Amino acid sequence: MINSFPKLLNATLITLKLLSVSLILGLFIGLGFAILRMNNNKLINKFAYGYSYIFRGTPLLVQIFIIYFGLGQIEYLRTTFLWVVLKEPYWCAIIAFSLNTGAYTSEILRSAFQTIKPGYLEAGRSLGIPSKIIFTKIQIPIAIKQSLPAYGNEIILMLKGTSLASTVTLMDLTGVAKYIISTTFKPVEVFIVAGGIYLFMTFIIHNVIKYLEKKYGFQT
Amino acid sequence: MELLYFGDKGWGDELFFATLMTIAVSITAMIIGFIFAALFTPLKLSNNKFLNSIGNAYTTVIRGVPELLVIYLFFFGGSGAIMFVASIFGYNDYIEINAFLTGSFSIGIISGAYSTEVFRGALQSIDKGQFEAAKVLGFNKYIYFFKIILPQMLRLAIPNLSNVWQITLKDTSLISVTGLVEIMRQSYIAAGSTRDPLFFYSFAAVLYLMLTFLSMQLLNRLETKYSKGY
Repeated sequence: MINSFPKLLNATLITLKLLSVSLILGLFIGLGFAILRMNNNKLINKFAYGYSYIFRGTPLLVQIFIIYFGLGQIEYLRTTFLWVVLKEPYWCAIIAFSLNTGAYTSEILRSAFQTIKPGYLEAGRSLGIPSKIIFTKIQIPIAIKQSLPAYGNEIILMLKGTSLASTVTLMDLTGVAKYIISTTFKPVEVFIVAGGIYLFMTFIIHNVIKYLEKKYGFQT
Repeated sequence: MELLYFGDKGWGDELFFATLMTIAVSITAMIIGFIFAALFTPLKLSNNKFLNSIGNAYTTVIRGVPELLVIYLFFFGGSGAIMFVASIFGYNDYIEINAFLTGSFSIGIISGAYSTEVFRGALQSIDKGQFEAAKVLGFNKYIYFFKIILPQMLRLAIPNLSNVWQITLKDTSLISVTGLVEIMRQSYIAAGSTRDPLFFYSFAAVLYLMLTFLSMQLLNRLETKYSKGY
């Protein structure tokens, strides 16, 4: 149990790397699609809705497998520069995670934007504030506040989601845990250590979000 | 499209049965989850600190640890645990539990943690007056729970339970790592032998989308049925 601890801790770094990179990319994707969802053009609206519906309606495992095993099959892709990215399981996992969390994030942000009272925007407009500044200085701070609790949940879900990287040969925390279990046959001990590390990370994320909620907890 | 023919030539029938397997595992897991929820919801609401912390530990640990890790625990540790119990009763042969049971049990435990939270939330949002009125009117325990509390709880719980169902349905894809032939595993086998992973995994995605879409339609109907009168 003690021997496995340093190995698992090392693997935690990969888990954290996967988590942070895909969260950052996912936030941009989510913001983009949330803006598209609020577009008045029906076609653009449907497209953004379809994106989030497909990624939220299918298991993350399927998405990773399509990207890692499936896309490599297209001959054309192998000749382009994309192949440099797609042949690495690390990047495939990141693409899948970012697209997945992007879909959930877009829904969270959309509902956050839609709950902003129209009065705030009208007040901004009647004061003659340019619409760009209304967006960055009024809409975004309120949306951040509204979406924090849901986004915190999404971060924790994504932390658990990164465990699927182990299915495409990446040695993240779950991957190493599985390897140790299958070589030493001590499932309970390894589960306690690896699970403990995950719980510790969940605990920290939970508290950071709580702190941010307090910080952004202005009355609207 | 030839790949989807039924019979020896295509994978249509295999995928059809795999879909049935996914549905079967999801429903079994959901029911096991309800049993866990029925056990742990009273603990979470109990005033006894010790019982309360057991209930909280269950939901916190299961919801904070990746599903895959829980599945590995039961997959590698399940038969060992059962053999240990059996050895106490003097049975020392090797026991292998089948993949369906391990799979539904591990997904069931996960789904149970979510269901527990849903039931707890629903029970807590029922008006206190309802409990008091039912007690004052002297209903027996059966009517108190099944005719007064449960219908009100279900109305509040069903929208969230349909989310739990979606999560459970998607989590069953993870059981493929234990070798149970459900949609994901069957696609993996088919992709391996035809060298056409893109097609089969995309088809798996379509199957999952169909399942989530159809079950949402059904659950929405259930939701309107139970919110009658409100």
